[in-house]
Amino acid sequence: MKQKGRYGTYGGFYVPEVLIPAIEEIEAAFLQFQNDASFVAELNALLTHYAGRPTPLYHAQRFSEAAGCSVWLKREDLLHGGAHKTNNALGQGLLAKVMGKKKLIAETGAGQHGLATAMVGALFGMETKIFMGSVDVARQNVNVHKMKLLGAEVIPVSGGTCTLKDAINEAMRYWTANVDAFYLFGTAGGPHPFPMIVRHFQTVIGTEARRQCLDQMGRLPDFVAACVGGGSNAIGIFSAFLDDAAVKLVGVEGGGKGLDSDHHCATLNKGRPGILHGSQTYVLQDEHGQIHDTECISAGLDYPGVGPEHAYLKDTGRASYVAVSDEQVLNAFALLTRLEGIMPALESSHALAWLLAQKGTLPPDIVAVVNLSGRGDKDIGIVEEHRPIN
Amino acid sequence: MGRYQDVFDSLNRAAMIPFFVIGDPDTETSLRIVKTAIDAGADILELGIPFSDPVADGPTIQKADIRALKAGMTPQKALAFIAQVSAYKPIPIGLLVYYNLIYQYGVDAFYRDFKQAGGTSVLVADVSIDDAEEIAPAALRAGLETVFMATPNCPDERLQQVVKYTTGFIYTVSLLGTTGERQRFSTLAKPLIQRLKRLTQTPVCVGFGISSPEHARQVAADGANGVIIGSRLVKIIEDNLNDKDQLYCQLQAFLAETLNALKTVQDDTSAN
Ligand SMILES: Cc1ncc(COP(=O)(O)O)c(C=O)c1O
Repeated sequence: MKQKGRYGTYGGFYVPEVLIPAIEEIEAAFLQFQNDASFVAELNALLTHYAGRPTPLYHAQRFSEAAGCSVWLKREDLLHGGAHKTNNALGQGLLAKVMGKKKLIAETGAGQHGLATAMVGALFGMETKIFMGSVDVARQNVNVHKMKLLGAEVIPVSGGTCTLKDAINEAMRYWTANVDAFYLFGTAGGPHPFPMIVRHFQTVIGTEARRQCLDQMGRLPDFVAACVGGGSNAIGIFSAFLDDAAVKLVGVEGGGKGLDSDHHCATLNKGRPGILHGSQTYVLQDEHGQIHDTECISAGLDYPGVGPEHAYLKDTGRASYVAVSDEQVLNAFALLTRLEGIMPALESSHALAWLLAQKGTLPPDIVAVVNLSGRGDKDIGIVEEHRPIN
Repeated sequence: MGRYQDVFDSLNRAAMIPFFVIGDPDTETSLRIVKTAIDAGADILELGIPFSDPVADGPTIQKADIRALKAGMTPQKALAFIAQVSAYKPIPIGLLVYYNLIYQYGVDAFYRDFKQAGGTSVLVADVSIDDAEEIAPAALRAGLETVFMATPNCPDERLQQVVKYTTGFIYTVSLLGTTGERQRFSTLAKPLIQRLKRLTQTPVCVGFGISSPEHARQVAADGANGVIIGSRLVKIIEDNLNDKDQLYCQLQAFLAETLNALKTVQDDTSAN
């Protein structure tokens, strides 16, 4: 490997020897093409004309009243595919293309990354296999159907809690036997070079948002909030504000049924440093280092690890990481839907819920940007189950 | 406890190295299984501590990990288990672990306690040769030997690094993929053994996918100094969970047959 992929002491590439040539190949291609003029031009053209960038920054005035401060939404829900995942899938997909790869594999939780990968597989004519926990296949079945329509094969994974962690395990196993495939990793975690690559392709969110803040408000926000599963949408928007010391960065994790229960996925709140899926980072685990089961209403956050840069940002204090419960999330979902006519993904609703919980503690002239990482169509079944409309 | 070199020096054939998950399906049965393997002529043992997320393992060993974890196996208990095995017979024991388990225990503390229990080497499944500095010096400080993996897709420069850091034997992965039984033995093993033999005198033991006495014989004939048999044995456990006598009996028979197969290949062929 050319680089160590470290964020402070976190990160690295703890994978079986057999996978090293595969990640070395991706690292080399990324370092070669990330600033290559024709690569950048092709990616930018796709982001603009295929995916619909830039996405708007929208001042949600009715929601602002409810939250007690000025709330602006970075509308990744409007991106083609319905979530920020498309930024990364297009970037890595194009990388796979210039590497001459014919096959894509990916893991998915909520199905948004699987969907984005399936779109890119269709666009570039590549054979696509998506690994997805069997619990997630059931609870995110709309996305499963979409992936199949796009021509991808969806492989349900049983094992563990049958969620995102298990899908990554199985995708990594498949990759060791099929090292010619391109593993299109979905979040800013896993072994180096993935945290670096995914961050790179998601920074477009932050770069746009920062410029839009200056253009539309003439100032930078006081807060930037984003939900954190593996951490790709969060690092995407945080990255542009890291040097703006006055801008507070808040990552919101899945508090599930409560941080004192065993039913959550709040890795940075309740985990401790360890090694999972190739990365040294915070991990939810027992005293011996066995990985904990997680539980969260939101399949995209339901993961016991987190990207290593977030572990570093937590330890350095540059970002803070909080958690909200499933109940708070459902309330936030309902509120944005009813007040703004925007149906947010349950993942993104975590960031909204944190803001709502600050009501009364922040002066009304405070400006908060929330990364609305995805839209909620995929979640209406889950919402209906918890809050039936009668 | 024992040193690998003593074993390789004393044999004029490839070493038979069975692999089991410690505590599969429960501690008591697992100990009896390991003793059965020793009595059947195992030259070296390869034992794994069960992990919740074994990414280098196929379905058979994944299930064994789950059985052992459900039965309450922990790294601490695994060390006590190893001490019991060593007390039964001073046989070299290589351990296979995932990094998080020894990271949580503390690498130095773990190696010290493993050495104390009678262990010989620790192979960390998810640490590549690039990170050898994180674990190899600690192993040597504890008086352990070192084992690293070589895979068919390793270029020679990486193999040289593997050679440099390895004092025990090179764990040579016969194929691209996870552990698990295979119908046919991988054709990738022989060229890899030959490349290693050109680079080093360090013993080369081959594992992954060795599923029959005939496979074992073939690897020995290809020049391996040792043959690691994992999933095939673990499958015997899985298939006989309800009949322990049958379990021990089948293990014994399979290993006896494998040993006979290995004896048909004399050592002088392994020189190149
Ligand atoms: C809409 C949406 N937001 C957020 C996430 C969480 O991923 P990350 O933390 O990588 O942004 C997902 C994952 O599926 C998602 O679908």
